[in-house]
Amino acid sequence: MAVERFPVEASHILMFARSIGDSNLIYSDESHAAGTEVGSIIAPPTFAQASAQFDPDYFLRPKDGQKWFGSGGTASGTLVKDKSDEADDSDDEKSGSSAGGLHAEQHFTYHRHLKPGDVLSGETKPGESWEKESKRAGVLKFSESITEYRDQNGDLVVTARSVGVVTEKVIEQ
Amino acid sequence: MGLTANELEVGDSYSEVVVEDLTRTQIVQYAGASGDYNPVHSDEKFVTEVAGYPTVFAHGMLTMGMTGRMLTNYVGDGRLTYYGVRFVNQVWPGDTLTARAEVAALREEDGETLVDLTITTTNQDEKFVLTGNATARVD
Repeated sequence: MAVERFPVEASHILMFARSIGDSNLIYSDESHAAGTEVGSIIAPPTFAQASAQFDPDYFLRPKDGQKWFGSGGTASGTLVKDKSDEADDSDDEKSGSSAGGLHAEQHFTYHRHLKPGDVLSGETKPGESWEKESKRAGVLKFSESITEYRDQNGDLVVTARSVGVVTEKVIEQ
Repeated sequence: MGLTANELEVGDSYSEVVVEDLTRTQIVQYAGASGDYNPVHSDEKFVTEVAGYPTVFAHGMLTMGMTGRMLTNYVGDGRLTYYGVRFVNQVWPGDTLTARAEVAALREEDGETLVDLTITTTNQDEKFVLTGNATARVD
């Protein structure tokens, strides 16, 4: 993932804060924010994740002209096969499609906090990968990625480390 | 306003209920704001018939975001220098989550006083859904 241009905007911060149930005025009210230690609206600590909105290739957003793997007329636009195929490989289909990957860890290091007017770019590099055996989900394949977010001056503002996991089977509840 | 070092002790803690009876609508709201439209979080038909889960579940990042609210309410706005978590169990519609921070250490670094916190978020069955750490500047 690479994000060339992630403009941090006040309305996006407001919507993001609402979605996590955080009514702290530091995320929405300029005059309140002006009287605080930080002096301006800032973004909530996990806001950098919303850079996905500005990643042209982000695979978890439906895109014009491309089939989407969520349901429409059928349970999946891309993964469900014709009825005629189902008899021999329905098991494959289930394990294959549930192995879309889950988020295992997320870490943010803040060099400063994001605020409206920032224009970020993010460069992502792969980190380590490893495997683990789990009773509830079979073999777990972990992989790490590190994204450095820089501002309009080229200064590093947030470093994000993400660990994804692909499970062999659906996690037992 | 941040925390004050000489009023803090290792073992001090702070907690908040960060969501009561999590709704599918809030999960959709988070999908829209974050841009993560993975259908496992909003598409009942896909998640039950294709992915094989009992119903939709929350984005890990929604739990991290809600837990972050507890954290910034405790340490103050703009005070965090690090926040990292592990998603240890899925969060489902109907869950009520309590997020808790405990002071693990107070230390000096580059002329600043920092507090290290251990974070846990539990559901209504007292099962951990998130564990992690954070560091914040204190006065």
